[in-house]
Amino acid sequence: MGKIIRIAGSLVEADGMRGTKIYELVKVGKEQLLGEIIRLNRDSASIQVYEETDGLSPGEPVTGTGQPLSVELGPGILTSIYDGVQRPLEIIQKETGHFMARGVTVSPIDKKKKWDFKPLIKKGDAVEAGDIIGEIPETKIITNKVMIPYGISGKVEWVAKAGKYTSDELLCKVKSGSKVEKVTATQMWPIRKPRPTIEKLAPEIPMVTGQRILDMFFPLAKGGAAAIPGGFGTGKTVTQHQLAKWCDADIIIYVGCGERGNEMCDVLREFPALKDPKSGESLMERSVLIANTSNMPVAAREASVYTGITLAEYYRDMGYDTSVMADSTSRWAEAMREISSRLEEMPGEEGYPAHLASRLAEFYERAGRVISLGKEGRTGSVSIIGAVSPPGGDFSEPVTQNTLKITRVFWALDTTLADRRHFPAINWLTSYSLYSDQVSPWLEKEINKDWTKTRVEAMVILQKESELKEIVQLVGPDALPEKERLLLEISRMIREDFLQQNAFHDVDTFCPLPRQYKMLKVILTLHEKAALALSKGMPLTDITKLEIIDKIARMKEIPKKDFEKRIDDMIKEITSKLG
Amino acid sequence: MVVREYTSVSEVTGPLMIVEGVKNVKYGEVVDIETAAGEIKHGQVLDAMEDRAVVQVFEGTTGLDTKHTKAKFIGETMKISVGASMLGRIFDGAGRPRDGKKPIVPEARLDINGYPINPTARVYPKDFIQTGISSIDGMNTLARGQKLPIFSGAGLPHNELAAQIARQAKVPGSKEDFAVVFAGMGITAEEANFFRKDFERTGALERIVTFLNLADDPTIERIITPRIALTTAEYLAYEHGMHVLVILTDMTNYCEALREISAAREEVPGRRGYPGYMYTDLSMNYERAGKIIGKKGSVTQIPILTMPSDDITHPIPDLTGYITEGQIVLNRELHRKGLYPPVDVLPSLSRLMQQGIGKERTREDHAGVSNQLYAAYAEGRDLKDLVAVVGEEALTDRDKAFLKFSERFEAEFINQGKDEDRTISETLDGGWELMKVLPERDLKRVSTELIEKYLKKEKK
Repeated sequence: MGKIIRIAGSLVEADGMRGTKIYELVKVGKEQLLGEIIRLNRDSASIQVYEETDGLSPGEPVTGTGQPLSVELGPGILTSIYDGVQRPLEIIQKETGHFMARGVTVSPIDKKKKWDFKPLIKKGDAVEAGDIIGEIPETKIITNKVMIPYGISGKVEWVAKAGKYTSDELLCKVKSGSKVEKVTATQMWPIRKPRPTIEKLAPEIPMVTGQRILDMFFPLAKGGAAAIPGGFGTGKTVTQHQLAKWCDADIIIYVGCGERGNEMCDVLREFPALKDPKSGESLMERSVLIANTSNMPVAAREASVYTGITLAEYYRDMGYDTSVMADSTSRWAEAMREISSRLEEMPGEEGYPAHLASRLAEFYERAGRVISLGKEGRTGSVSIIGAVSPPGGDFSEPVTQNTLKITRVFWALDTTLADRRHFPAINWLTSYSLYSDQVSPWLEKEINKDWTKTRVEAMVILQKESELKEIVQLVGPDALPEKERLLLEISRMIREDFLQQNAFHDVDTFCPLPRQYKMLKVILTLHEKAALALSKGMPLTDITKLEIIDKIARMKEIPKKDFEKRIDDMIKEITSKLG
Repeated sequence: MVVREYTSVSEVTGPLMIVEGVKNVKYGEVVDIETAAGEIKHGQVLDAMEDRAVVQVFEGTTGLDTKHTKAKFIGETMKISVGASMLGRIFDGAGRPRDGKKPIVPEARLDINGYPINPTARVYPKDFIQTGISSIDGMNTLARGQKLPIFSGAGLPHNELAAQIARQAKVPGSKEDFAVVFAGMGITAEEANFFRKDFERTGALERIVTFLNLADDPTIERIITPRIALTTAEYLAYEHGMHVLVILTDMTNYCEALREISAAREEVPGRRGYPGYMYTDLSMNYERAGKIIGKKGSVTQIPILTMPSDDITHPIPDLTGYITEGQIVLNRELHRKGLYPPVDVLPSLSRLMQQGIGKERTREDHAGVSNQLYAAYAEGRDLKDLVAVVGEEALTDRDKAFLKFSERFEAEFINQGKDEDRTISETLDGGWELMKVLPERDLKRVSTELIEKYLKKEKK
């Protein structure tokens, strides 16, 4: 046991700490505040404390726990709301009131609840780490698979009968070497260490998000990592919310890292009310929220992204596609900076610690589509979507740049578009996805064989538009030939009638892939036919007067049941008016 | 509570004082300081070590020495006495009466730092506050429990705007207790007078608690002024069930004070010399806006900050924008044109608007109208740049309509009188009136039913 010798903000130094390990979890002071050792020097340790340090005094005790900072994995995690170090906020509220109190120790999962366990193995079976011993229906849509923890393998000596058990009750005994290991539904895992897997696979299945600009032009693959940088007000959070609501992952881990309390409240309020498009059940049934708002302790903010990704890996190992939304990774980086500066470390670029790049890389590398441990060879994935909040909206700053080095999808949010209320304000010229080619075969097989062709055609028009716009700025639109003015008209339609999508409109908020394809196809058909008509001598003014253009402008709002027919009618109308 | 007194001041540097040989100092505890001349100052522990404490001195370190100065460690963190009798009173930046009257009768003593609201205990702000200002109500709607700053520049009428909001803000159709907490940090006596006169003129003074740290008051005291103001606001909101509007001006001065302390502590500076923890520090203030489950009152914040050389990417507006739920941006060009309030709606934003408007809250057409006005005004502004190069003749009729629209939008919609209090219906009807300038097929952001109901109705 050591004692405090210095307190400066969230950093505490303690003496008499020899024997403790780096990254060990410690209890600080009389109030037993949670902390983690981040530097050791002979007898003394520097500790980052996950709670407010006001009122702490030198001389108060510090005790080691012998364990690194870990999360508890087991049934009951889904539907929970945690802070950055996996403390359940709802239970804390019940116990200590509306404001966050300090030194509260509450188990992250309900230990009293009895779960329905169904064994899938029998006595005498040989098991290894990752093997499933039984199932527990965790929520209405997700089945928790009880796995043999890492490091255990051997013969099953005993297994519990089907029935109701708490998460701590013995479910299975495994003779592992000379020892008999006890397996329950829960296991611990240190958050800073990736959970092991057998193999990483190439991501080739797109993550369907129902957001047109993302699915069509800049797709994310399941097991991929994407960065969304953008200045304030460009819609990072709305985009993250949309993805959390609509993407077709099985499990969503939403990490609100150093963000607004009212926004987290919006998520907390909205998720339970929203229906999962696949199962029709509440979205909460597949979600975990981690809320560490900007005014909650900075060190817990640093831990929150690791907590999130570890939970995601746990469900990935069961064979689920999971998705982590981290909003925002800049706050995490700033937390690192704050702690590093209190440690008086030599700063790197813009005061960020020199280890910033490697920490970001380690984090994003935990994404992937994998074969998990266990005999079955289950495939599961963790996708990461990290929001970045660059100061002044300037993407040349270290967090954005180091993130882009690792992530393969870049969704660039643009202040100019946001100011014009073009949402999602994702810039189509600067964004990119390196998964486009990898997921193309799947899209061509499942949706339409012309998917890639259509995407490329539309992108060429948008590219061409930006070149023409420069000319228009100099000489005015009248100076352009009619063919090019038609192209400007078409590109405007792609921007306004396809790329813009209203997150708050009942129909438009989620756009299935076949519908995306058709919408774009209509605009491109119009382009093709109009160009032909133009070359036959039809004046452009006659084309732009066509009623079909107004119809296309409203196609986003067409209810699902009428869509097929109305789109086919529109294509017919184009052919009859122009063909 | 053990009071310990030391005369072992070893160092005085900038706003900091270092005391040696102290025992069991608590992090964040309050220190009463008595100078050789008998003057009393206050400080707070910033760094607590076994035998040494770094203390920030709020009233400035003038007069401190390393021989006679006494430092008394109070043993508790900074607290303030609060009570309903604070309404109508004027205090200094540290919470002492400034109006010559007696100290208030305290109902409670609260820690000025407060505690973070548990996110699960928050109520999402969605009660529309009508400010009577079209550019805010129509385009960037304010909700109860929101924090919506005004980004201004030197010489722009942010004070007039803030006073008008304080005067006119109401929730239509409700008669509830409201109060204003006004915190001035580093503002001039003239500005302070302006606010006081304005509040007096409208008879609102008895609903207002004022904390003033003037430009010639101690700089470091500004660090605690917003905390005291917010503690008071929370008390009135959550214990007395009032809807409290907090005006914090000028947050730029607050951040300067933060930088001064950071520099004195020789910390590694972040952007432009501001400390790396400025985001966290600002959020500890801003995040104290909100509504809580089961409590009647609410805390709404309107912080005002002047952007150095009108630069919105400067760290102060930048970090603020990342924490607050939107921003109202004032524009010098509009101000020069004689428009009031010179709100530049394009970079302005209210993040909580979507939930606070619509049927049963404001009006069913609100979202559509605001989106349409935004899109059309943005297009008109772009065209204006184009006209400067190619001349108006080169424009199509459609473009000319947008140009005309944007001019009328500035002159009729944004522009309004300093005492003009428009209802939300007047604001939205004004929007429809302007839309008549535009070709109907370009009104894509409003649904056909709404066009039928509002635009056509008026035509008849």
